[in-house]
Amino acid sequence: MTEILLPARLQDVEAVRSVRTPASIQYSYTPGQASSRYLKGIAQRKIIGARVEPGAKVYVPPRGADPQLGKPTTEQVEVGDRGTLVSFCVVNVSFHGGTQEIPYTTGNILLDGSDQPIMHLIQECPVDQVRIGMRLEAVWVDDADLGPTMESIRWFRPLDEPDLDVHIPGEDRPLWLDSEEFNQ
Amino acid sequence: MTDDPHGDVLTAPLTIEYPFKRTTGPVVGAFLTALREGFLVGIKGSDGRVLVPPTEYDPMTGEDLTEVVEVGPAGTVTTWAWVRHPGSKAPVDRPFAWALIRPDGADTALLGAVDAGAIGSMATGMKVEPVWAEEREGSITDITCWTAVAG
Repeated sequence: MTEILLPARLQDVEAVRSVRTPASIQYSYTPGQASSRYLKGIAQRKIIGARVEPGAKVYVPPRGADPQLGKPTTEQVEVGDRGTLVSFCVVNVSFHGGTQEIPYTTGNILLDGSDQPIMHLIQECPVDQVRIGMRLEAVWVDDADLGPTMESIRWFRPLDEPDLDVHIPGEDRPLWLDSEEFNQ
Repeated sequence: MTDDPHGDVLTAPLTIEYPFKRTTGPVVGAFLTALREGFLVGIKGSDGRVLVPPTEYDPMTGEDLTEVVEVGPAGTVTTWAWVRHPGSKAPVDRPFAWALIRPDGADTALLGAVDAGAIGSMATGMKVEPVWAEEREGSITDITCWTAVAG
């Protein structure tokens, strides 16, 4: 390493070796009309998706348009607060801003009546017992704490129901990891 | 989330933060150490010019640079822009100037906030000196701002 020649005043003091340079950006966020309706529903314990017309896909959370049909989703559709786990991730590494004790599981949950999974925390289930296809229900906060935020749902927990086969759209096979079909 | 008084759309404050921590290396480290000690250093380029803040490599030839030298701390404003409405993170809470300041003995300029009070008090070529933070930690914010040298 190249030797650096320092002025006398710097030779006998402890050198700075690292520096913290946190970057922070403040936004005023607006979710738009479609997601505003969804969040207002959440504040009333209702999960409201949207679709173009009967028979079209129900999107939760709604973004105002159906990306496949290219049309506005003008029809509001209430979906269940129960659903099926379609994929998940066990988080084993802590990170800045993380609020959960590790290990914990986040999952993609396909709510009953919806065609698009939402991501949320899974609790009240050991991480090694979480599996694709398991049935889950939302655990809501107390009425007094309800608000137009996804934090109104504390997490999802297992339901005492048989697992369902989960299919990836376009793939005609179960994704249930220990199913015979998957392992063939 | 709060309701938009003009419609049915929600809004909410959203903050995105990245908690960077970086190692400085010996050259930038010397610059930050000097700030903590309350003075300024630059580095001699291969043509003898003094670069502030110091760079690890000569910007013209790419050679390693090694000779850290003290400069300033007073300097000369080489160019500036007046900020009429300081943001919440601005270093000065009243209108001020972002300026390039060439410390005495240096051949390049570094960015600094000049608390001149009024735009009419700012001028290219004016002499300024740093105002040091009372508690310094080895950061560019150890200079809270720059002010005009009296006289």
